[in-house]
Amino acid sequence: MPDTARPLSPHLTIYRWQIQMMTSIVHRGTGIFLALGSALVVWGLFALASGPDAFASVRAFCESWIGLILLLGWTWSLAFHLLNGVRHLLQDIGLGYEPRQFVRNGWLVTIGSFVLTALVWAAALAQRGGA
Amino acid sequence: MNAQLRTPIKIARGLGSAKTGAHHFMVQRITAIALLGLGVWFVWIVLSMLHMDYAAARSLIAQPLNAVLMLAFIVALFWHAQLGLQVIIEDYVHAHGLELGLQITVKFLCFLGAAASVLAVIRIALATAPLGS
Repeated sequence: MPDTARPLSPHLTIYRWQIQMMTSIVHRGTGIFLALGSALVVWGLFALASGPDAFASVRAFCESWIGLILLLGWTWSLAFHLLNGVRHLLQDIGLGYEPRQFVRNGWLVTIGSFVLTALVWAAALAQRGGA
Repeated sequence: MNAQLRTPIKIARGLGSAKTGAHHFMVQRITAIALLGLGVWFVWIVLSMLHMDYAAARSLIAQPLNAVLMLAFIVALFWHAQLGLQVIIEDYVHAHGLELGLQITVKFLCFLGAAASVLAVIRIALATAPLGS
């Protein structure tokens, strides 16, 4: 596996669980998942350029069960990555490094991501007339 | 070799992995700031397209402002994705051959995704009537 056998810093198993490690891991995980989701953006735009039939198959995919589950996952991933990204940008300018602030902001991001997801899906469902 | 015969900068140069890391860092943050606004706009656009028929959805994206914002969103999205995936691969893939292969694959896929999306938006924005109908 590794090409070099250098000493490593202590691994995940040695640490007590904390919000900081969760936000870091999930930021990367959602980033990978969102990158995969960009395929749907490409497909959607291509279908829109191609014609009604192609657009209908994108819509059919999005309204299928697997499509809805993926879209829900992408909505939450975007919400989390966006809010946690703001947290990182604020840290880049030196804010929020007190341990208490750090932990509080981690929870704000986590809870906020679910609130944002709920708002987006409420807006989507409201358009359907509550169906 | 007597180190005294070398200047300190000669000894230090080339050590460590910092090459163009500062530029990577800055572009990742700049695209992140762009995606804050563009990402929210994109969600809003998708929400407003949900129950449009094909013609209405197409003409929504064909509006000049929306077409320009979609182009900006695509470029920022794929650029940011490539930079982020690059860091993840650097951190977790330690076999040189596999790492190189993954890095190049990610770069190619991100460029192809961006190019394909840009072409699609240009077709939508410039065509006067839907091509496939």
